[in-house]
Amino acid sequence: MRAAPFQAARLADAPAKLELLERLLGVRDVGDCIDHALAWLVARTHATQAICVLADADTNQLRGVAGHRVPAAQVEALSVGLDDTTHPLIRAMEAADPTLVGSAFGEHAEDSETGAALFGPSPYWAFPLSTLGAGEPAGGLLLVVLSGPPTADVTWIADVLSQKLHILLTRDALADGQNKFRRERSLLDAIINAVADPILLTDTEGRLLIANSRAEALFSTTAGVSEGRHRAVELNNMFLSAALWRIAVGAGQVKPQELLVVDPVDGSDLLFELLGTVVHDQREGTGIVSVLRNVTDLRRATEELSENYRRMRLAEAEARTERDRLDVIIDSVADPIIVSDDAGKVTLMNAPAERLFTAAPNGDEVALRRIQANDAHFSSFIAGLLSEGTEIRRRGEVSLTDVVTGVSLPFEAVAGKVLSEVGEFVAVVTILHDRSEALERARLYEQVKHASDELEARVVAATAELARQNRLLRHQAVELEQASALKSQFLANMSHEFRTPLNAILGYASILLQGISGDLTPAQRKALDRISSNGRHLVGIISEILDLSRIEAGRMPLQVSTFALKQLVEEVLAEMEPIIARSKLAVSSHIPPDIGPIVSDRQKIKQIVLNLLSNALKFTRQGSITIRAAAINGDRLTIAIADTGIGIDPSDHAKIFEDFQQVDSSVARPYGGTGLGLSICRRLATMLGGRLDMESEVGRGSTFTLVVASRLEK
Amino acid sequence: MMTGTGGNPLVLVVDDFLDAREMYAQYFEFSGFRVAEASNGVEAVEKAIELSPNIILMDLSMPGMDGWEATRRLKADPRTQSIPIIALSGHALTGFQQSAQQAGCDAFVTKPCLPDALVAEVERLLASPNARRSRRKGASHA
Repeated sequence: MRAAPFQAARLADAPAKLELLERLLGVRDVGDCIDHALAWLVARTHATQAICVLADADTNQLRGVAGHRVPAAQVEALSVGLDDTTHPLIRAMEAADPTLVGSAFGEHAEDSETGAALFGPSPYWAFPLSTLGAGEPAGGLLLVVLSGPPTADVTWIADVLSQKLHILLTRDALADGQNKFRRERSLLDAIINAVADPILLTDTEGRLLIANSRAEALFSTTAGVSEGRHRAVELNNMFLSAALWRIAVGAGQVKPQELLVVDPVDGSDLLFELLGTVVHDQREGTGIVSVLRNVTDLRRATEELSENYRRMRLAEAEARTERDRLDVIIDSVADPIIVSDDAGKVTLMNAPAERLFTAAPNGDEVALRRIQANDAHFSSFIAGLLSEGTEIRRRGEVSLTDVVTGVSLPFEAVAGKVLSEVGEFVAVVTILHDRSEALERARLYEQVKHASDELEARVVAATAELARQNRLLRHQAVELEQASALKSQFLANMSHEFRTPLNAILGYASILLQGISGDLTPAQRKALDRISSNGRHLVGIISEILDLSRIEAGRMPLQVSTFALKQLVEEVLAEMEPIIARSKLAVSSHIPPDIGPIVSDRQKIKQIVLNLLSNALKFTRQGSITIRAAAINGDRLTIAIADTGIGIDPSDHAKIFEDFQQVDSSVARPYGGTGLGLSICRRLATMLGGRLDMESEVGRGSTFTLVVASRLEK
Repeated sequence: MMTGTGGNPLVLVVDDFLDAREMYAQYFEFSGFRVAEASNGVEAVEKAIELSPNIILMDLSMPGMDGWEATRRLKADPRTQSIPIIALSGHALTGFQQSAQQAGCDAFVTKPCLPDALVAEVERLLASPNARRSRRKGASHA
């Protein structure tokens, strides 16, 4: 129907059109296609000149692409903004039918150099080219100068060109689009692969649509990988699906959630933070973009950080405790401790020091003055340490004042300069030691010493006195010894002096009694008997006193010899025979044969036995006397003299061994004896390494037992 | 006073104590001895040489020449050395006995000694074949 007005125009023959179509069929390039079409148009129709313009979406311009019988420069220069809606060409684009340009819009053609001067003064026809497809807006124009009205052939060629350009342009655009898509895809891949964090796009079922290499390493597997890695990937996908499911369910929420996966390569646990976003695409449907951020190290770092923090807190607490303890220790030191800086300013002091150098808040003026005085004394003491002087330590006395009482306190101060490792001044530490006590102690010590000296003097005096007394005693001992010797001498002499007259008394009594001087009356004889008897008694006493004095003076030496006991007893019995015979007592002796020779002082044993037998005879009226010897343990010997005499009362047992003792003087008198016999016997027994025992019962008799060593050591 | 010429043995009693001397003299005469007396050592030596007694009773403790000295002289003199000498002493100490023996006494008798005991001792000494080596110990009174 469009072609109807141009029916009169020369019609190209069918074979020419077919030829063109065939030619265009093999054309791939837009320019070639246009060239062929324009050439055919000019050649086969009444068209004289032609230009093809196409809209370029990139530049938003309508540009000349090719012309026929038109200078190439003019074609290239042809450019109209698509937005220029007043331009005849742009209006022609929007028109449904071909538009004649340069006649109806002459004024405009004149204004528009491009449009009016396109083909010189000639008007031209603009055929819209539906290059974008049927129904779409025109994508270009076929500008043709005709020598008559448009014919069907011109319209036909416009259609052919439209179709062919549509095909070519669409194909080109497609190819461009594909290329662009590939480039962009590759760029995208490069970008997402460059991201160290796994990035994935999954569908709602969790299937992997896009994944970067890091994500692929974790969530996809290829044939030929190890079973372990395969399982790790499966496991990871399971976790991932679960996480994605949670995201899909809570759609819209973009709360990060933790995802624990296994590194398929080394099997280590990896902790990721998964940030999933649900995306909706009209064509692709719903998917989830997930970005995983590896927080494994972060978690570890966090844990380490918290652990370090905990330790730090602990160390801090310990340090605080240590500091507290140090404070307690320093404060508990009774001596004031002061730490001063290089300017002499006090930086630290303990409680005792504070009492000397700091005032109570409500301190009165007196206390303040005392503190100032203390400060002054202390400062002058440590002044030497503060200067650059080489002095490191200082010891001296500082007299301070008790702030409260005002009592002067003598302090011994020791100050030391504390230097750092590099020798820099750090502080001066001063320790003060209250010497009051020490001085008091010294005073007390002096007192004690004085007392001690006095005591010592007394001791010396006492010692001297003791020595004097000792000398005196020694002197007295010597005197005593001399006296004792004199006593012995005296006794010996006295014995002699007694004996001499007794000798005469006894001699004359004897003579008289023998009737040498004439016969005696019974009374005279009786008197002479008494004289004789008492004289003999006196001689006995004198002898025994002499014996005692000898024993006591140690002048009775032991005469040790070996002898037989049996023989000794026989001698004693022989000597006592007259008395035994007179007594009418049964006297017997039992000396067992197993008693061998004994070693002792024979004369003394004999004297003892003689004495004991004599006593037994003296105190026994009737019955018997038995002498019985026995050996004890092989080293001792007993000689017992048992009688059936009057006996001795137990209360008198100790008494009878005392000097000059008989049980009862009045009773003893009839029995004669001096009372010294047993005393001497006991002493002799002791000398012989033995003893004298006695058993007695009044009225039944007595047994005296001599115990001596059978082998007396000299 | 009788001399040594008679048949009975002559006893020279030497004692400074008259009572003792005469007591013994009386008893020896009563016992049938002839008796001469001396009151000290010098006299004893003179009498012994002069009378040649059969036996001498010598008291030890005497003023002037004592019994020990007299005994030593008599025992040193060939004329008197064979005469037995019985020492008489109130001293009972063994020292006296030993010193008497060392001086040459043939026997030792402790005073008091009853006259009859002394006579018995004298008779014992005179009866022994060798009167000079008689028993040391005299009859003592315990």
